[in-house]
Amino acid sequence: MAKKLMKGSEAIGEAAVRANCKLFFGYPITPQNEIPEYMSHRLPQVGGTFVQAESEVAASNMIYGAAGTGERVFTSSSSPGISLMAEGISYLAGSELPVVLVNIMRAGPGLGGILPSQADYFQATKGGGHGDYRLLVLAPWSVQEAADLVQDAFDLADFYRNPVMILGDGLIGQMMEPVEFKENRVPCKPLKPKDWAATGCKGDRPTNIINSLFLDPQVLEYHNQKLKAKYDTMSRDEVRFTEYGTGDDYDLLIVAYGTVARVCSTAIEDLREDGIKAAMVRPISLFPFPYEAVRRAAKKAKAVLVVELSCGQMIEDVQLALEGSRPVHFYGRQGGMLASPEEVAQKAKEVLAGTSQEVRHA
Amino acid sequence: MQNDVIMAGFGGQGVLLIGKMLAYAGMHQGKEVSWLPSYGPEMRGGTANCTVVISDRTVGSPVIQCPRAVVAMNLPSLEKFESSIKPGGLLLINSSLIAKEPGRTDVKVLKVPANDIANDLHNPKGANMVALGAYLGATHAVALEEMEALVRETFASKPKVVEANIAALRRGYELGEEGMK
Repeated sequence: MAKKLMKGSEAIGEAAVRANCKLFFGYPITPQNEIPEYMSHRLPQVGGTFVQAESEVAASNMIYGAAGTGERVFTSSSSPGISLMAEGISYLAGSELPVVLVNIMRAGPGLGGILPSQADYFQATKGGGHGDYRLLVLAPWSVQEAADLVQDAFDLADFYRNPVMILGDGLIGQMMEPVEFKENRVPCKPLKPKDWAATGCKGDRPTNIINSLFLDPQVLEYHNQKLKAKYDTMSRDEVRFTEYGTGDDYDLLIVAYGTVARVCSTAIEDLREDGIKAAMVRPISLFPFPYEAVRRAAKKAKAVLVVELSCGQMIEDVQLALEGSRPVHFYGRQGGMLASPEEVAQKAKEVLAGTSQEVRHA
Repeated sequence: MQNDVIMAGFGGQGVLLIGKMLAYAGMHQGKEVSWLPSYGPEMRGGTANCTVVISDRTVGSPVIQCPRAVVAMNLPSLEKFESSIKPGGLLLINSSLIAKEPGRTDVKVLKVPANDIANDLHNPKGANMVALGAYLGATHAVALEEMEALVRETFASKPKVVEANIAALRRGYELGEEGMK
């Protein structure tokens, strides 16, 4: 298929359709309304169903019910809406249901604002809902990558029987870039029939039950350990990242994800013109985080600079990766303000000149 | 080689549309492109702008703080973006609506009476096309023929609009090229 100029939100919607997702349940919120809008007219064309729920809480329970039938199910929201879905997401994880969730992050906390942010990193990777659970979290940096990751997300969700979150910022949702959808795409994971699904059996097989309630502590502990083993497998097999400029020598390693990493890539080019050598590791999977890649790449650098549209959240994973082996610095913008290549380059110069304050935890 | 531009005006002047057309035409010409709109709690009659990047290689930052060019369709846009242009860059002013003299002396200033030209061509809604043409004439960011093909495609159901917009585009292109001589 030829390249088409698409808005990120539309590309995400089309990617879900291409992944054979026929069911969308959601509730509108800026800045991702183009996703439900797209699904509302696109799904009926492919025999699917779009339901605008009465709230995000309702939507998260609708995706729970629909996913239990073994169908591919999709929802999207933005930060406050994801908070409202958090209970449902915990239930989905506990019941091992495959769904794809998209969070087009806006600035918080509370209602915050509607402009781009990355302040939901903790919520996405460390919890959000209650209980010991993990989401697989993938963060695109371009519209094309968003389209590709959404399709992969459905395969990963089915393979692991686990919710997968696409974590984008407002820029990914609003920006237009060329997108190409490949025909005859091969799933990124081998997919088995969903023999666990509650499809109605009329007594011809044992009943399938979708449930997250285990009142016997021994049974629940067994369930927790089974989930833990699954998350360990994800941590081993699903780490995704790219490196930028790590083939050359460099003094500074930048770690950034999503569209901010694009800004950093331009900053790195500008810095090289000024004779300053920097490189970048860009995590694509935020859970599992590419600890090993960051640790390895930092060995060639004198210092590490983390750039985020938040007060500093991923920086904690970078610090875990480095185990104190390199000084860590931070540059962030908040509230919906964007970081520019000039700002990142300026901060990089300060780090290497020794005029930037290292981030330490008391 | 990269061209980047912030196109700004008030809602209804069609700056988001010409930005999109620029990105489309760039893509058709085999370039890497991005189109980023301003979005926010905007009100009717408020200002709108978009950032377009057209590059020979993968677009890095789609956010451009210091663009190589600014197309200002109204006074608030000039006041907001004039100071951000890269030294040596281009400031394209819709002089039909902007009487104020720009303060920058380190950028190329190109004044195009886009609304007046559009009115003369009996295409009062085509001021944005005049500005787009002028931008292309001044920068050659994409080929005029590529843009004309896109206009034919975009307005295929309205032949009169196609011809009127191509006339506006060409007149703007001439002024853009002349202005850079």
